Amino acid sequence: MADSIRLEVTRYRPEGDSGPEVQEYDVPLRKEWTVLDGLNHVKDEVDTTLAFRWSCRMGICGSCGMNVDGEPKLTCATFLSDYAPGPVRVEPLANFPIVRDLVVDLYDFMEKLPRVKPWIIRDDDLTVIDGEYLQTPEELDAYKQFSMCINCMLCYAACPVYGLDPEFIGPAAIALAERYDLDSRDRGARERLDVLIEHEGVWGCTFVGECTRVCPKHVDPAGAIQRYKLKAAKENVMAFLLPRGAR
Amino acid sequence: MTEVRVHHRPISTWWWTRKPTYFVFVMRELSSIFVAWFVVYLLMLVYAVGRGEAAYEDFLAWAATPWVVVLNVVASLFLVLHVVTWFNLTPQAMDVRIRGQKAPASLVVASQYVGLAVVSAFVLWLVTR
Repeated sequence: MADSIRLEVTRYRPEGDSGPEVQEYDVPLRKEWTVLDGLNHVKDEVDTTLAFRWSCRMGICGSCGMNVDGEPKLTCATFLSDYAPGPVRVEPLANFPIVRDLVVDLYDFMEKLPRVKPWIIRDDDLTVIDGEYLQTPEELDAYKQFSMCINCMLCYAACPVYGLDPEFIGPAAIALAERYDLDSRDRGARERLDVLIEHEGVWGCTFVGECTRVCPKHVDPAGAIQRYKLKAAKENVMAFLLPRGAR
Repeated sequence: MTEVRVHHRPISTWWWTRKPTYFVFVMRELSSIFVAWFVVYLLMLVYAVGRGEAAYEDFLAWAATPWVVVLNVVASLFLVLHVVTWFNLTPQAMDVRIRGQKAPASLVVASQYVGLAVVSAFVLWLVTR
């Protein structure tokens, strides 16, 4: 194994550059080093001006997502040795505006997420004295997969629909809506459906399926969206067939 | 809040050639046109049969012209792609449960092929009996 590998890193300085440029860095190639370790080596030893996001280094905070050789990846879980002999292209997550170097602007998602009301909605709010809401293992199992989302935005970077039509509410937001819909404690499915039944909701999705392929937590947003489409279609048929009171 | 001068990257018209999965997706979308073509073709056949023997013979002669044959061969290939890709996607879209347990994806896919075979056999029986 060679002892170093070349990183081709996107640089963008908003105060000067007219657009992104590529800067090359040679970093040590070690068996246990991830792309994030390579970037941290650059930051510590070579070029302190390089900007990128990271936090936990163990695939749970969701902040180190970048496009590595064109694929959206958590850089803390992507090993340099898998790209040997290199070079490795490290770019900011696709489909998002670049703030600086490898840092992208996530404002759009922050605005969209609360629209699907990703929290438990109740008709009746029990007090603490009334006790907790109990749930069987089967009821937990129904939504658990969709609750694994860490908001890393890899799915948005992989989704060509989101890239072409930024109005699309996107994979993670819909998967999270499904997570709460499937929760036995929740009564908010109706409210969420009202948001997701719109064109920029589930119908924007054309089932490319790339969101599911890149998801580091195996959430399967594409599956959640198709299941939502089924619900929305059923709702439309019911609205057409049944009088208002019977629904 | 400080105003940040962000950079928006344009999306290339050829984005779908960048990854094999994107390419297959676009081909799958394109296959719908060929599905529509076969619907039209079938309606033309039924219409010709309805108009009698001579019209049916004319239709067969037209269907044997090289460009129609080439078109139908291409359309058939796209139809196979359409069937295979959509059948493979079904387990993801449908949460099929058997006695509370999630049905294995292979079972969902296989049952669709069985359904296809049954319907095809019925149609074959209907037109050849």
